[in-house]
Amino acid sequence: MEEKSSHHEEPRDDFAAKMGMWLFIFTELLLFAGLFLVYSVYRYMYPTLFHQAALELNVTIGSLNTVILLFSSMTVAMSLTAMQKNNRKLALIFLALTIFCALLFLINKYIEWGAKFSEGLYPGSELMLKLERGHLLFFSLYFFMTGLHALHIIIGMVILLIAFFKIKKGTLHIGKYMLLENGALYWHLVDLIWIFLFPLFYLIT
Amino acid sequence: MNVIESHITSYKTLGKVLIVLLLLTTITISVTSYNLKLWNVALALLIAGTKGYLVMTYFMHLKYENRIIRAFVIMVLLLFILIFVITFLDYLYR
Repeated sequence: MEEKSSHHEEPRDDFAAKMGMWLFIFTELLLFAGLFLVYSVYRYMYPTLFHQAALELNVTIGSLNTVILLFSSMTVAMSLTAMQKNNRKLALIFLALTIFCALLFLINKYIEWGAKFSEGLYPGSELMLKLERGHLLFFSLYFFMTGLHALHIIIGMVILLIAFFKIKKGTLHIGKYMLLENGALYWHLVDLIWIFLFPLFYLIT
Repeated sequence: MNVIESHITSYKTLGKVLIVLLLLTTITISVTSYNLKLWNVALALLIAGTKGYLVMTYFMHLKYENRIIRAFVIMVLLLFILIFVITFLDYLYR
């Protein structure tokens, strides 16, 4: 891609940037892998309690969020395609759609968690501490893992917002769009983690 | 490696992948109403794995990615499996 960059730009290595992003993604995957490992060991130890606890989760909101994330994953990929085809306007539209989906996801999460909180079910609450061990483990893992995932959604959203404004400003363009490509990779990672979180927490009833 | 030939994935391909992903989601949600015992878990993981594969291959462009990055991904997945197998060997035969 270097031949495309104009002569006054600093030397840069897009491949190294992408490789760095992938290495970072691996650390993220292994972070969640550790949590999935904890989850599967406890689910193996308390199978029935995990199933009972999972009944408490809202499958409708979970499914809706799955659809939202899958759709947004496509739009961010399309945004990159548009950028590679030098269609700045379309890239912006797809990126805005993705950010909107991220917002929708967080609103759903707020509704979902809000309902749990109003029932008195949140980490450290009295109700939670009185639960049976299997239930306690399930909900602790649920709050921790979906919470950590939601944090990733927020971070991804911020990165994509930065990319959005950089495209608007013109500092992110067809000759230099690594931020969009890496931001998109990060967003797909968030989607990838949710693909596994969703069936393991919501669909084990 | 100065010049990177980046492959542009068409809108059509991305749209098709989304349709397959949504279909798989529908399947994974609908099979939970049947009690297939251990097969429920296996099926859920199989479908999630397929979805993950599609996301990595098409959305994350791994299909046209450099061989080094692809090799890394495979190694990380193997590490993943290894950690799980070793841990469960411990729990199953303790």
